[in-house]
Amino acid sequence: MTFATLGQRKGSSFASVFGIAGVVAVFVGVLSIANGFRNAMTATGSPRNAVILRSGASSEMMSSLRRESGRIISDAPGIVMGENGPLASAELFVVISLPKISTGTDANVPLRGVGDAAFDVRDDIEIIEGRRFEPGKNEVIVGRAAAAEFAGLQLNDKFQVGPNEWTVVGTFTERGGISESEIWTDAKVLGPAYARDEYFQAAYVRLKDADTFDSFKDALTSDPRLRVKVTRQTDFYSEQSTGIYMMIVTLGALVATLMAIGAIFGALNTMFSAVAARTREIGTLRALGFNGLPVIISILIESILLALVGGSIGGGLAWWAFDGYQAATINWQTFSQVAFAFDVTPSLLIQGICYATLIGVVGGLFPAFRAARMPVTTALREI
Amino acid sequence: MKFLPIIWANLKRRKLRTALTMASVLIAFLLFGYLCAIEEAMNAGINVAGADRLIVRHKASIIQMLPMSHKERIQQIPGVQSVAHATWFGGIYQEPGNLHAQIPVVPEEYFEIYDEFILPEEQMKKWKETKTGAVAGRTTADKFGWKIGDRIPIQATIYEKENGEQMWEFDLVGIYDSDKEGADTTQFFFRHDYFDEAQTFAEGMIGWYLVKVDDPDQADAIAKTIDEQFANSTFETKAETEAAFTRGFAAQIGNITAIMIAIMSAVFFTILLVAGNTIAQSVRERTEEIGVLKSLGFTNPQVLALVLGESCFLSTLAGGIGLGIAFWLISMGDPTGGNLPIFYLPTRDLVTGVICMILLGLLTGIAPAIQATRLKIADALRRAA
Repeated sequence: MTFATLGQRKGSSFASVFGIAGVVAVFVGVLSIANGFRNAMTATGSPRNAVILRSGASSEMMSSLRRESGRIISDAPGIVMGENGPLASAELFVVISLPKISTGTDANVPLRGVGDAAFDVRDDIEIIEGRRFEPGKNEVIVGRAAAAEFAGLQLNDKFQVGPNEWTVVGTFTERGGISESEIWTDAKVLGPAYARDEYFQAAYVRLKDADTFDSFKDALTSDPRLRVKVTRQTDFYSEQSTGIYMMIVTLGALVATLMAIGAIFGALNTMFSAVAARTREIGTLRALGFNGLPVIISILIESILLALVGGSIGGGLAWWAFDGYQAATINWQTFSQVAFAFDVTPSLLIQGICYATLIGVVGGLFPAFRAARMPVTTALREI
Repeated sequence: MKFLPIIWANLKRRKLRTALTMASVLIAFLLFGYLCAIEEAMNAGINVAGADRLIVRHKASIIQMLPMSHKERIQQIPGVQSVAHATWFGGIYQEPGNLHAQIPVVPEEYFEIYDEFILPEEQMKKWKETKTGAVAGRTTADKFGWKIGDRIPIQATIYEKENGEQMWEFDLVGIYDSDKEGADTTQFFFRHDYFDEAQTFAEGMIGWYLVKVDDPDQADAIAKTIDEQFANSTFETKAETEAAFTRGFAAQIGNITAIMIAIMSAVFFTILLVAGNTIAQSVRERTEEIGVLKSLGFTNPQVLALVLGESCFLSTLAGGIGLGIAFWLISMGDPTGGNLPIFYLPTRDLVTGVICMILLGLLTGIAPAIQATRLKIADALRRAA
């Protein structure tokens, strides 16, 4: 019955569906950016790994530790012993200016100098092209996302930083993790090039198991020779992504809320005019003995269905337009670029549809009650 | 104007619908306001960049520092009026979420180059007398409730003091304002001599130079000369105009901004379309009335004006309120709590907004208005029967 008359109100129904589709598309779209960013930042990182910075530093860029602190750290209890000693990598972290392929403008690309144990500490690293850099040489390997996003980072390319020329000898992946946005080289080569032989910025260590972390942390923080901050790698990565994540989510929520209000008004308008157009029909039904409830339900169902159609269109649109879209942005916390892919997850789509349903319910409720409360005689008299 | 009562009466006939339509238009323009402010924030500073200012940084990246000795050599380049320097301190006030820039500078040099910052003379004098003195921008001072004379503790993240102490304390001697729309009044400046003596991390080094040139047309040529001066040294430079530097900085955020702006614009137009549809519909419903008006002797241009007047009245009233609310909310500050230091609604966007409202009114009104003028009186009256 409801749908038989739907055809008569194509215009306003279409407008309402359109409005709700817009809301859901934006809601899902914006959150997929935040999601994708967070994924890239936290995809990898093992709870068995710990990151050590100087106390007070909130990112690797700000941290600096003396060489001898590095030796104290690698002697700490709980670190896995590899063939060539403890699995601890003292690393340098700088940014270099390289042009983005998409725009040609300079971007801060992270360049990381790693210790020999780095590949054992972060065991997700996999060379997909070329080979690892040779220790002691001006060679680098490039993360897959960095190679795709920044110019001059293909295999065998060379680039100049300061007095040195660096050759790209390999490309690597890390299961979509943050390292894929970075360039890696040997810390022993990078140190002198940046006049940082005496210093390093962060140490990454592999612990025997995830539970060792607390005792390892206590051992380091209570050592009077050190002033360090010890963080589990997984926590470290999510800390580093909160700034941008929160910014996108706040702005996204703000926009989505405003839009939802706009869409509710649109839906209300549609449903009120639907009720107005069907006044006589509703009056007849009531005169035949139907009470208010079926009327309310039928109008609510119509409103919710319109919202669901809109929501599905919007969600589908967002999924089609945004899922997997490659982008890179600067993470102000690390002052360096992060490449990532927008991620439209099923849970995001479900949230979007729920959101649409809510709009439908609110948009249908008031008109439904108005229809149900209309005196039968007035309704029948309407043209 | 004499038609205003008719327009008003027409809007009142279906109060609920008028209210809902106005509310959607209002929301659309509220969104528009935020859209403009966010875009402005992401491109922060480009519009206020001085054409006669250059920024000189280390060639490899801005995190690499430059020696203070560069200053004299830059000063000697013909066409250079004055040189100042700045460094990123990167400290934390109370909690890590409180983001605002703290920059050690030489007071008179820096404020001479950034002449849009206004600092009362006696405060500048006090600053020159107080080694631990600092000045804060109005926005930041208001946010944290700082008053002149307060002692401000800032926790260093990069620059420890000699004894490993990480807490720096500053005496707030001044608060600066700006007379330029969009200037960054969130920064916190303190004295470079205090900074350089107390820290051990990078003595004699600074972050970047600011150069004021005599003639803005020569800016690019002078930038080139500066870079040539230091070519092939350990500290090679990259000099560019402040606008180019800021644009580069904004470009680092990447296409995320563009995407968010595109999404929001799409929404803005969606809402307008939906609202526009309703406005048009409400005129269409009144065909018979227009017939009555015409039979009473209203001319076609008058009917056109009446219908367009109604739609424009509705869109500008609702849009104006929406943009007004946006302006008020935006002036209360950045919704992300400090991630966007420059957050305001530029005047030119207000103008764009008003143009959009009028356009909306005209576009939604024009089709039914033309229909109304073409209508034959007899047809119109017959429809009512």
